[in-house]
Amino acid sequence: MKKVLSLTLVLVLISTLFAGCSGAANSNEIRIGINYELTGKIATYGQSSVEGIELALEQINAAGGVNGKLIKATKYDNKSDNAEATTLTTKLITKDKVITVLGPATSGAFKSTIPVAIKNKVPVISGSATADDVTVDKNGVKEYAFRICFNDSYQGTAMANFALNNLSKKKAVVIMDSSSDYGKGLAENFVTTFIAGGGEVVAQEAYVAGDKDFNAIITKIKDKDFDVIFIPGYYEEAGLIIKQARTQGIDVPILGADGFDSPVLLELAGPEALNNVYYSNHYSSLDQDPKVVKFIQDFKAKYNKEPDAFAALGYDLAMFAVDAISRAKELTGPAVKEALEATENFEGITGSFSVDEFHNPVKAIVVIGLENGVPATSIKAGQ
Amino acid sequence: MKKIFENDGLKKLILLILIFGIVQLLITTGIISPYLQETLVTLCINIILAVSLNLITGFTGQLSLGHAGFMSIGAYTCALITLNMPTTTGFILGVLAGAVTAALFGFLVGLPTLRLKGDYLAIATLGMAEIIKVIFINLDSITNGAAGLNNIPQFVTWPWMFLFTAGTILIITNLLNSSHGRACISIREDEIASEAMGINTTKYKVAAFTIGAFFAGIAGALYASNFYFIEPNQFGFLKSIDVLVIVVFGGMGSISGSVIAATALAVISTLLQSFSEVRMILYAVLLVIIMIFRPQGLMGSKELSLSVLGRLGNSDSKKGRV
Repeated sequence: MKKVLSLTLVLVLISTLFAGCSGAANSNEIRIGINYELTGKIATYGQSSVEGIELALEQINAAGGVNGKLIKATKYDNKSDNAEATTLTTKLITKDKVITVLGPATSGAFKSTIPVAIKNKVPVISGSATADDVTVDKNGVKEYAFRICFNDSYQGTAMANFALNNLSKKKAVVIMDSSSDYGKGLAENFVTTFIAGGGEVVAQEAYVAGDKDFNAIITKIKDKDFDVIFIPGYYEEAGLIIKQARTQGIDVPILGADGFDSPVLLELAGPEALNNVYYSNHYSSLDQDPKVVKFIQDFKAKYNKEPDAFAALGYDLAMFAVDAISRAKELTGPAVKEALEATENFEGITGSFSVDEFHNPVKAIVVIGLENGVPATSIKAGQ
Repeated sequence: MKKIFENDGLKKLILLILIFGIVQLLITTGIISPYLQETLVTLCINIILAVSLNLITGFTGQLSLGHAGFMSIGAYTCALITLNMPTTTGFILGVLAGAVTAALFGFLVGLPTLRLKGDYLAIATLGMAEIIKVIFINLDSITNGAAGLNNIPQFVTWPWMFLFTAGTILIITNLLNSSHGRACISIREDEIASEAMGINTTKYKVAAFTIGAFFAGIAGALYASNFYFIEPNQFGFLKSIDVLVIVVFGGMGSISGSVIAATALAVISTLLQSFSEVRMILYAVLLVIIMIFRPQGLMGSKELSLSVLGRLGNSDSKKGRV
């Protein structure tokens, strides 16, 4: 019997060890949670976002916080793992008692945390979950899920309109990444809008993420009659496609979406190939808006590098959340949720926006044009 | 009273009820928070995966890198059933259907590939898992493609989790103590010798593979019923490696080793959570250090059984007996 008793004791002791760490709520601070991909395969997205978030929180707290209370953020790394994201949101809400959770960055991980948010009535907000069904699906809008970025189909539509109206092109070739929902969603909406607007899709080709040689596809389309190429996919493959297409003498404009936004695109394609290339993005570093200029300056001062779109979205995300918290009637999840829903004309780095009935922002898209691999033009499109 | 405690089966039962009761008590009293419950679920799923992979890799000696593939079959089958039938019956049906489908797939894949050995088998199973993943990505109308299945109802509670985890461990330990299990171990030790002894090696290899896949299917089904959302890319190569790490870490050929390793890794990972930036580095360093000092894994091929525990506990009172 002795061993059973000692085993029991050991178990109880171990469990109390874990239970002991929940902190008492301090009435002079407001707790928010950060649940991002700091390690793992998409760590760059998470790290950039968190850099933006931390810059924003630092500025807010330096200016005296919200209604006299400082913001205290608890940060966890979900290892780019969806199950871990669910677990950590549970931890942030139930143990750290946060009233809002920021992140994760990707749609899949974000979707895994939404049921936890709904169950505990604490809002979760993502800066970069762009999949169409994140905040709303066939069962209706997800009460406690918000985002501050436009969705994939909106980008597809915007790029089709850009090709038709700004570039006056009528014959498109689509080369899409068929292994991601992102690529498929973009391609579908581009094609629908392009055809509805009087254009013609001459050919539709597909590749899978990880492919390196696209010469077969390019040779196949080379002799067709087209005046624009749309590549819904990520920079790893898009960079190579652009390079190989330009090498084979195709010099028509090439369009893409926010998946192009990475310094790696330039490394892969080279500056000569990156002319006449346009992609939609969340923000442009060329923007002369004083807010944007100041953000870029502050970011450079703190991190000694250029902010990318994820950092800008992270900055906006934190500002957006704090804005709602400052307007909330009381510091509880449901009150913050109501304040988030009521957001109107929020002025952010990535544009000013209001929250619509589906918890999506209504905002303009930026189309960036590259010259020798460097952003040279930026046009605001759609709203 | 003494007689009762001599009975091994009963002792096991009492121990199991005790573990179940204590944890249940801690959950009801709130000492185990919802966050720790989530961690507990991950732990139990990892135990099921590791124990079932140990049957294939540790005991039968067939290096399989496709465990995540079987897991995904279980997860998708269960998710599709519970999405259309969100009741407890649907959940039980989903878990069973997931397990059976995974087992069926394991059987079909095992028949041709288990004629291969070592590295060749590893590559074949790796390929199999990738094929399953690509099928799920492309079966848009059923699996919602790369976007994954969303809003899966949650059914997993501690009693369910305990039932399935304890069940898996008991069934696999009993299997290994039977003549079938001995046959599997003999294949690992020397395939030619065991064949010469009249053991149908293909049959036992396929059987071990199928049973391993069955329990991986259960683990997948439990995963889907707890984490609300699944997508094909979750069940990639790295997931299989994670499971293999637990098996090797605990000791190839030790069920209790797998359980201890899964628990140890979960505890390490949880304790390191506050050091988010360096967590994975520390985790990897710990793994490397442990493997350098105990290359055979924590338990080697030994088991931590009740009789060993009994001997430890009673050593002072019954010194003469052993």
